[in-house]
Amino acid sequence: MIRVVLPQHLRTLAGVGREVTVAVKGEVTQRSVLDALEASYPMLRGTIRDHVTQARRPFVRFFACGQDLSLASPEMPLPREIASGEEPLLVIGAIAGG
Amino acid sequence: MSQVRVLVGTRKGAFILGSDGTRKQWNVSGPHFAGWEIYHLKGSRADPDRLYASQTSGWFGQVIQRSDDAGKTWHQPGTPPGEATKTPDGMPKGESNKFVYDTSPQTGKPLTTHQWYDGSQRPWEFKRVWHLEPSSTDPDTVYAGVEDAALFRSTDGGQSWTELAGLRGHGTGPLWQPGAGGMCLHTIIADPTHPDRMFVAISSAGAFRTDDGGRTWKPINRGLTSQYIPDPNAEVGHCVHRIAMHPSRPNVLFMQKHWDVLRSDDAGDSWREVSGDLPSDFGFVIDVHAHEPETIYVVPIKSDSEHFPPEGKLRVYRSRTGGGEWQALTTGLPQSDCYVNVLRDAMAVDSLDKCGVYFGTTGGQVYASADAGDTWAPIVRDLPPVLSVEVQTLS
Repeated sequence: MIRVVLPQHLRTLAGVGREVTVAVKGEVTQRSVLDALEASYPMLRGTIRDHVTQARRPFVRFFACGQDLSLASPEMPLPREIASGEEPLLVIGAIAGG
Repeated sequence: MSQVRVLVGTRKGAFILGSDGTRKQWNVSGPHFAGWEIYHLKGSRADPDRLYASQTSGWFGQVIQRSDDAGKTWHQPGTPPGEATKTPDGMPKGESNKFVYDTSPQTGKPLTTHQWYDGSQRPWEFKRVWHLEPSSTDPDTVYAGVEDAALFRSTDGGQSWTELAGLRGHGTGPLWQPGAGGMCLHTIIADPTHPDRMFVAISSAGAFRTDDGGRTWKPINRGLTSQYIPDPNAEVGHCVHRIAMHPSRPNVLFMQKHWDVLRSDDAGDSWREVSGDLPSDFGFVIDVHAHEPETIYVVPIKSDSEHFPPEGKLRVYRSRTGGGEWQALTTGLPQSDCYVNVLRDAMAVDSLDKCGVYFGTTGGQVYASADAGDTWAPIVRDLPPVLSVEVQTLS
């Protein structure tokens, strides 16, 4: 199972805790993880990625294993530790404000 | 005993304020959707327990929320609580937040461009829902005015949305431009006597009317003068802040423009200024007394660069003559050192006798008058900045 950590507002929206797990068939990529996340929690559709273009929202970031993967291709395989469930994929709301 | 429910959208959540018909003691429920911007929430006249809310965030986009029990519980209409999260063919639900401009060859319009602040052209891009207008006859039908400016309709209780593309695509779109808050469609008014007629207003494009149920639209801005566009009397490009109508006289419209208060007596075909003796004719809100169609309310703001009341005095102005002659209403409102704003969707009236008038400020106060504006008192003083105020009168 893939572990995904959500920001506070999306936890509230989905009615879940800090971390959720999703099953991914095939290669573990940003796209396949987010597809699985949205299939399990359809209320999150459109909140992390645009409904139509599937582009990451500008103020949302993806961190994994100490790396910022926000600008990586959605098709790029995620690190082995994410695929094995050792480490979570972090969905982050970019910091803004004072 | 009658009751009143005041629905308040703020920068950090929604609040529901309730009272009996005396409107003296209030209970406060909220924040609902804490931390999210609630641009607007409004109840259905066909089913007062049915509420719709626009929950939005610069981070996470648009969410439509619905309550079927007067705000006690909420859900996203595309994924009702307790139901399967996927359709029988395995597709995920959750379409209730999906606002996609209609570019289909059958019913849509090409995704054309509008003016950006610097005069260049940019394609339409959905950002948020500014205003939700439930149908007066069907609780499952609701209209959404969105940024970038367009009109959407749901006929399934907010589960899915379809653009009425004739407005965005009627031809003047390349001349529309965003106001300071964005290029938003913020006013939706249905004509109760003419089911196919509807009025909308857009900042900064102007007012528009359809007479065929939203299929085609025409600008209705003759008589508007705006010095901030190359041709001050142009067909479109005017920054209309709000339009109000009394349901008994749907051909009479009142408008608060960026500058100027105006009225139309021919369903928007022509307008004339009625700013009269106001201390400033800049402002955002305008509304009509529930029982007196010639009694209207505005809150003058000093200027477009100083968004606060003139002289630091928060004054509602009332005209009993449909504009032109205005009376300052000050009893109970701060008359010194007050520098709040009252945004375009933040005034409403109830239909009790005497008519109640309500408005919210960017300082987080919601003021109420139970005597048509003669006296005022705050219901709450310390909410987040208020974006919208709506009222339900319940029998």
